[in-house]
Amino acid sequence: MCTTCGCGPDEHHDHDHGEGHHHHHHEGESRPEAGTRIAVETDLLAKNRHFAEGNRQLFAARELFVLNLVSSPGSGKTTILERTLRDLAGEIRSAVIEGDQQTDNDARRIAAAGVPVQQINTGAGCHLDAHMVGHAVDHFDLTNLDLLFIENVGNLVCPASFDLGEHHKVVVLSVTEGEDKPLKYPQMFHAADVMLLNKVDLLPHVDFDVAKCREMARRVNPAITIFEVSSRSGEGMAAWYGWLRKNVKGEK
Amino acid sequence: MHELSLTQSIVDICLQHGEGKRVTVVVLEIGDLSGVVPDAVEFCFDACSRGTLLEGARLVIERIPARGVCHDCRAEFSLGTYFDPCPSCGGFSHAVISGEELRVKELEVE
Ligand SMILES: Nc1nc2c(ncn2[C@@H]2O[C@H](COP(=O)(O)OP(=O)(O)OP(=O)(O)O)[C@@H](O)[C@H]2O)c(=O)[nH]1
Ligand SMILES: [Mg+2]
Ligand SMILES: [Zn+2]
Ligand SMILES: [Zn+2]
Ligand SMILES: [Zn+2]
Ligand SMILES: [Zn+2]
Repeated sequence: MCTTCGCGPDEHHDHDHGEGHHHHHHEGESRPEAGTRIAVETDLLAKNRHFAEGNRQLFAARELFVLNLVSSPGSGKTTILERTLRDLAGEIRSAVIEGDQQTDNDARRIAAAGVPVQQINTGAGCHLDAHMVGHAVDHFDLTNLDLLFIENVGNLVCPASFDLGEHHKVVVLSVTEGEDKPLKYPQMFHAADVMLLNKVDLLPHVDFDVAKCREMARRVNPAITIFEVSSRSGEGMAAWYGWLRKNVKGEK
Repeated sequence: MHELSLTQSIVDICLQHGEGKRVTVVVLEIGDLSGVVPDAVEFCFDACSRGTLLEGARLVIERIPARGVCHDCRAEFSLGTYFDPCPSCGGFSHAVISGEELRVKELEVE
């Protein structure tokens, strides 16, 4: 799938694709003299963006709807996926890419739900990038899929900057985390199109002001779609499934 | 944090563009909303440039202030955060027009 480099599945490499040579070489400028300035104007994330674009084209060609799930550690991303996959089994054909620094625990939980899954371990890495995702996608039979979930590394900061080629970022915030998270991590809430406010079954036991949280999320991102859910009790999940159905159909 | 890998891409980009010469100055543009901590980049730069043509190069970081344009009244204004209201109409809906930059602007080579 790595169309840029042609490297096969499972091949991990760190080579350079030589892109980023966007500056113009004029005759006589090719051998700069001492103290010569060279205009570069190259984005640090250009390489990632390039891979993300490749992923996006592939997803469009295969009519695959792709979501990038982001949250701080423990907000409930995997639990939401487990429940969603079980409830939509037989209706929407899904697959999951699991990103974690270490372990394949989450991938094993997803596999138990009967869905194809690929684990990416980032080691010290604090986010998934588009190149890793491109290789993981290689392992799925895309002709038989409607929906791909990418569970990012639990981290409300870094994954905001890395486009994976997804249609939308979905940010999960749980009611045990405090309602001011959108203002504390504005880049992520700004980048997301959907917010799942999870663990609402715990609302009676915690000091969490849902209205205030919604208001803060909308300040950072007025267009954000918010669903209040509990992946434990199932409360509110129907509205989320409705959104998924509509969008999966929209890709066809 | 990924300042280390970002700094590694700074070094890669500079080596690609430096045409095999020793690089003496690297000019970076970092937007105020980019989420990147300039001090951390400077810290990583020493480590990432060691043993390359960039070793010892001076790192110049130009901060780019954030500006937004209001979706409601079209006013252009300076943004401190993603959630500053429009000073003209008080609305929260705006597009960021600058401040998310993260790029190598230019180099000086020997
Ligand atoms: N009460 C309650 N607990 C939940 C809910 N959803 C998840 N949990 C619990 O929260 C904990 C973390 O859930 P995970 O689904 O593993 O969270 P995660 O976001 O995938 O975590 P990382 O992958 O480590 O970042 C587990 O103990 C879950 O059982 C919920 O809706 N209500
Ligand atoms: Mg998880
Ligand atoms: Zn590759
Ligand atoms: Zn490659
Ligand atoms: Zn990071
Ligand atoms: Zn306005």
